[in-house]
Amino acid sequence: MNGRRERAVVSTDSVPRLPSHVRIQFDPVRQAHAVLSPEKVFWPNEVSLDILRRCDGKTNVDAIVADLARVYDAPREELAGDVFAFLQEWSDKLLVRL
Amino acid sequence: MSALLPPIGMLAELTHRCPLQCPYCSNPVELLKANRELDTAAWLDLFDQAADLGILQVHLSGGEPTLRRDLEQMIARLSARGVYTNLITAGVGIADGRIEAFAEAGLDHLQLSFQGARPETTDRIGNQRGAHERKLDTARRAVAAGLPLTINAPVHRHNIEQVPEFIELALSLGAERLEIANVQYGGWALINRQALMPDRDAVMRQAEIVEAAARRLTGILNIDFVTPDYFAIYPKPCMGGWARDAFMVAPDGTVLPCHAAHTIPTLTFERFGERTLAEIWEDSPAFNAFRGTDWMLEPCRSCERREIDWGGCRCQAMAIAGNAAATDPACIKSPLHARMATAVAEAQAAAAAHDRNAEFVYRRIGGAAQAEPEKA
Repeated sequence: MNGRRERAVVSTDSVPRLPSHVRIQFDPVRQAHAVLSPEKVFWPNEVSLDILRRCDGKTNVDAIVADLARVYDAPREELAGDVFAFLQEWSDKLLVRL
Repeated sequence: MSALLPPIGMLAELTHRCPLQCPYCSNPVELLKANRELDTAAWLDLFDQAADLGILQVHLSGGEPTLRRDLEQMIARLSARGVYTNLITAGVGIADGRIEAFAEAGLDHLQLSFQGARPETTDRIGNQRGAHERKLDTARRAVAAGLPLTINAPVHRHNIEQVPEFIELALSLGAERLEIANVQYGGWALINRQALMPDRDAVMRQAEIVEAAARRLTGILNIDFVTPDYFAIYPKPCMGGWARDAFMVAPDGTVLPCHAAHTIPTLTFERFGERTLAEIWEDSPAFNAFRGTDWMLEPCRSCERREIDWGGCRCQAMAIAGNAAATDPACIKSPLHARMATAVAEAQAAAAAHDRNAEFVYRRIGGAAQAEPEKA
């Protein structure tokens, strides 16, 4: 039994992953990517999707930011704030594990 | 009306059979017997059509869905089609090995109801001795099988003071979601309204407790709070809007915009098999009756909230205003809003007087006949 848990706080060392009950799936009917979770379906925008796809349980947040900075050709510091805020929000909703 | 989009969610009431007899059951008062249920092949065909139509989530419910011996097959079919599956169970008497088999078949999530946070409450509300212990066992087996768990707590006068205990229970069982769901007064719950309606002070205390817990447990436990309509200012956007992105299927294959829609006598519903799911979704008259905003009367028609709450619940409008196209009386703008407070006051008076009307009519076939006046 899990007992008392604690809220996870995102850091550069966090290694985010999607829990087993959350999955990204391409929906052929709507030609869009959906995130499926208990009771809710999300339609992430391109940037959110790019973050979620990198939540593979192997890559830390620092490396995710670096990779996104390369892909978007944007400064790391600028992206880092957005990535941190996004991951904290999704972790607080228990949709991402840190 | 804006273009019709494909539906996202489907509630499948696989059976009306259930070992529990909760007096607020969301099933119809006229329960269907087992011989009216769709067979395995029909359900599998229906699930295929649902996936083709764009359904992404299926809630497998009942009655008690695990009474269907073909549940594993259904989960496997939905899983193969990439549909997210959520099992909504009372969690009493699920045979050994079956929860593991559901997980193996691809079940994504399990929602388990608790009628009380204390054994005596759970056993009394569901009218089954030992139910609470069986539910605890089901929760442990689900977590051991690797299934994510939601605890669902329907709240009313007899357990509203147990909300803090429900929160502790959910945490102790390793659930990540807790639904504190105030009972919606339609069907069985409407028959039992006098027996179930909480008083205003208890409702206000509950709201404070839930809000504080939701803040304290951010990132630990998601608390979904289904607020009580009878104490509301604005109605809920029932089903996210009538036939807007979800529907439900009854055990006999009747397709409805919501689980209580059969209480609207002016509507006729179609059955899967007689028409395809796509045909029913697109042009069933019952689905089109309250789609969008064109059907609205005042004060909804000119209200700035009309696309926020979609006029509220059509079934509650039917039950209280006697007109399914009326504004949901939960709304402060409804001319009948005061009836909600009157019903609350009547329930308090009945409870205080230990009135016969404050006793439960348990949910079972023919049970509602008890609610009729006794013949001399």
